[in-house]
Amino acid sequence: MSTPFYVSPQQAMADRAEYARKGIARGRSLVVLQYADGIVFVGENPSRALHKFSEIYDRIGFAAAGKYNEYENLRIGGVRYADLRGYTYDRDDVTARGLANVYAQTLGTIFSSAAEKPYEVELVVAEVGETPEGDQIYRLPHDGSIVDEHGSVAVGGNAEQISGFLDQRHRDGMSLAEALKLAVQALSRDTNGSEREIPAERLEVAVLDRTRPQQRKFKRIVGRQLSRLLEAEGAATEAESSDESEEE
Amino acid sequence: MEANNRGTGRLPAAFLTPGSSSFMDFLSDHQPELLPGKRQLPPVQGVVEAPHGTTIVAVTFPGGVVLAGDRRATMGNVIAQRDIEKVFPADEYSAVGIAGTAGLAVEMVKLFQLELEHFEKVEGAQLSLEGKANRLSTMIRSNLAMAMQGLAVVPLFAGYDVDRGKGRIFSYDVTGGRSEEHNYSATGSGSIFARGAMKKLFRDDLTEEQATTLVVQALYDAADDDSATGGPDVARRIYPIITVITEDGFRRLTEDEASELSRSVLQRRLEEPDGPKAALL
Repeated sequence: MSTPFYVSPQQAMADRAEYARKGIARGRSLVVLQYADGIVFVGENPSRALHKFSEIYDRIGFAAAGKYNEYENLRIGGVRYADLRGYTYDRDDVTARGLANVYAQTLGTIFSSAAEKPYEVELVVAEVGETPEGDQIYRLPHDGSIVDEHGSVAVGGNAEQISGFLDQRHRDGMSLAEALKLAVQALSRDTNGSEREIPAERLEVAVLDRTRPQQRKFKRIVGRQLSRLLEAEGAATEAESSDESEEE
Repeated sequence: MEANNRGTGRLPAAFLTPGSSSFMDFLSDHQPELLPGKRQLPPVQGVVEAPHGTTIVAVTFPGGVVLAGDRRATMGNVIAQRDIEKVFPADEYSAVGIAGTAGLAVEMVKLFQLELEHFEKVEGAQLSLEGKANRLSTMIRSNLAMAMQGLAVVPLFAGYDVDRGKGRIFSYDVTGGRSEEHNYSATGSGSIFARGAMKKLFRDDLTEEQATTLVVQALYDAADDDSATGGPDVARRIYPIITVITEDGFRRLTEDEASELSRSVLQRRLEEPDGPKAALL
């Protein structure tokens, strides 16, 4: 009988983290940005039916990068958690912070349990507030940590480079078209710095719009509305580039 | 179990197990004691006294459907509440109005709304109107034990069928029996009078405005003859709740709109107490 090799806990955790990160890096990145009237989710997704973004509750949205079956499972768990909580107490008692905590505990337990393989997912849980100051965005990496984000966040394979790009250019109070334009610009940049075109049909866009009269603020932006916003984006780019040339 | 809905700790296995898109199914697996139908009933002598809601009416018109209810809740011969709401949106394209035991009815509506919303979020698509009507049927059936003790809930369900492009009405009995109604329907103690009024006033080519006027006339007639149904209360500014569901979705008439409609009906009734006359032949 052979005795198993000793693997130090540090090494075991590093291996698991490496495994999860590689899995996440195979998927495409996505970004979540604050804009004047809410929070916008933008990602490249050739599928019309398998979503990366979805509604969890009235003011809470969910975005995920990585392995579809794993984040879909977490998404449904989140919907069940939120609906049960809202049913037991009140709709106002369902918060992004509570949901993010539950996800963090879940991911953390799975990550550190030797019996399970770590989840290859990275999540964003966002809640739109009454005012931009009330917005909450939480990023949840594969290991169950929580990062409280402001302004903009990117998750997925190329996330570091994209968030670097966003950090420099994102500002408070952008219009939806401006934020969308910035998001698409960020997603179009390859690892080597060159840009490629992402056609509108390959974009998945959703918003949590605080100005929506309905109780449920989540809304997908598709078809004509999306192309109209992207066209407005074209105008904004021109305006901005002319501004830049003036400065020069 | 206890800790599971406190928001601490890992999501329990039941939350992450692939399964039904129904919230009620999830609850009955995970926390059945929260379902209204699963409650243990104490032995009771006679009928339980609880506030009752009364008349709900619905009428279709080309392009949609109108669902409305009076505002009175009674307990025996006492008016328990003058401004109760008995008509609720179920989702974007449907609404439910409830006659019967008010407390249970409101709880049932809450669970029904959640059921539809949960399905929509999990599946990424809405249930068909027929599917929604069937879901409501299941919920009433689960309340049968309480209905037998006099705590019955009898809803009227109306919605815009996006696939067929028209408004439809479904009525129920206490056992959950479901039937689709054509043109108009009513439920609750005043419903016989309301139905009579609607029978005489209904036409195939009503406009949305005429349809909303028609339901106010019907509710007025119900209140006229049924003591448990409240008419428009001008002094307290309490008017019927009137909702319209069309291709554009659910809309509840604002208080101003409901007030104007009720006042014009009242005004005419001062001249003709029995309301508009239908032709004899």
